Amino acid sequence: MLNYSILIDHWDMYMQGFSNTLKSSLLALVGSLVAGTIIAIFRIAPIRPLNWIGAIYVEFIRNIPLILIVFVFFVGLPAIGIRLDPFTAGTLGLTVYTAAFIAEAIRAGILSVPKGQMEAARSSGLTYLQAMWHIILPQAIKIVIPPLGNQFINLVKNSSVLGVIAGLDLMYFGDLISSETFVTFDVYIFVAMLYLVLTIPLSLGVGALERRLARSR
Amino acid sequence: MDFSGAYSPAHLKFLLEGFLVTLEVAFISIILSFAVGIVIGTLRYGRIPVVSHILAVGVETIRNLPLLLIIFFTYFALPEVGFKLDKLYAAILALVIFESAMLSEIVRSGLNSIEKGQIEAARSSGLTYVQTLWHIILPQALRRMVPPIVGQFISLLKDTSLAVVIALPELMNHAQIINGRNVNYVIPIFLLVAMMYFIVNYSLSLVSRKLEHKH
Repeated sequence: MLNYSILIDHWDMYMQGFSNTLKSSLLALVGSLVAGTIIAIFRIAPIRPLNWIGAIYVEFIRNIPLILIVFVFFVGLPAIGIRLDPFTAGTLGLTVYTAAFIAEAIRAGILSVPKGQMEAARSSGLTYLQAMWHIILPQAIKIVIPPLGNQFINLVKNSSVLGVIAGLDLMYFGDLISSETFVTFDVYIFVAMLYLVLTIPLSLGVGALERRLARSR
Repeated sequence: MDFSGAYSPAHLKFLLEGFLVTLEVAFISIILSFAVGIVIGTLRYGRIPVVSHILAVGVETIRNLPLLLIIFFTYFALPEVGFKLDKLYAAILALVIFESAMLSEIVRSGLNSIEKGQIEAARSSGLTYVQTLWHIILPQALRRMVPPIVGQFISLLKDTSLAVVIALPELMNHAQIINGRNVNYVIPIFLLVAMMYFIVNYSLSLVSRKLEHKH
């Protein structure tokens, strides 16, 4: 039987961690959506050097561990005199990492829009960026939403690395509570349940969207 | 920043030793997770009443949890119920639990991608259901699964770095130990460590891409 008094007595700490986990994930989602869209456009814009920059970013970031990127912000930046609090460092690390994956999802979405759309928009007088923003991106969005949902689920899970640098998230408070109470098993089960409260509904939602999209094709 | 001091022969050797542990843990974990993933994926594909449902709940739960939490769990919480593992085995167990759930989904969708007519044809030529799965469906599905499995291996290799939280002596842990000696080493060491992960993972992703084009 789980020891529920540990959950109830430390409810405020669990909730503070829970809300910081959600906050960090949402901030990183917005940040990596913006950065990811820019990188995706870099990768497909008809300008060679931009293509390279985009490709190098995506390939490099996707192939190194998230925790390394978070450490660069938390341990690396102070070494050159820039100090960030753990929450900010962790959220920035998450944003940089996730942007690479989101860029790939958005690129795939953009490439799925027929080429003729861009040509038609350009020949009716729109600039490349106007065509991208008003014509291509709105059509790409439909295909991009399920993979973006998956990235958000990953973000919620990945935000647990904040716990490693004392980033005040759910993982951190779980750790703190277990070291205060000397109970680890039950505390981690409660922490797991709180993560599932966020991730399971997201997973079910993404699954439903994917099925709907598959049917509409 | 101190590049020459950071890249001293002793440090390079120390990082390499860490990287070997990273590769070892990743390699053992992927093989075990692949075996477990095939069993779970096939059982779920088989739609066996009760068993498939229990597995579905298990897989969905694990997939929706942070790996870091599972590592903490196997190393710190299991001893509380009388199951003490040393760092290496705790890390491997956590990775296998997490990655086999991921791999079982790859296996299941690989199996689902094989046309149902194949089963009917094999069954009507006298094979049992299990024989059909083993000789007809799995071999074809496995070929289609290779690219996503390589992708999962890249994730696993990156994920071993999370074992830094239980001080497993892998690459990230050794990097942090060197960083602790002199703040001027931090940037050069992170650069080198990033390149080490990148070179191995990028090579793997090129292999995966090549395989993908073959099909």
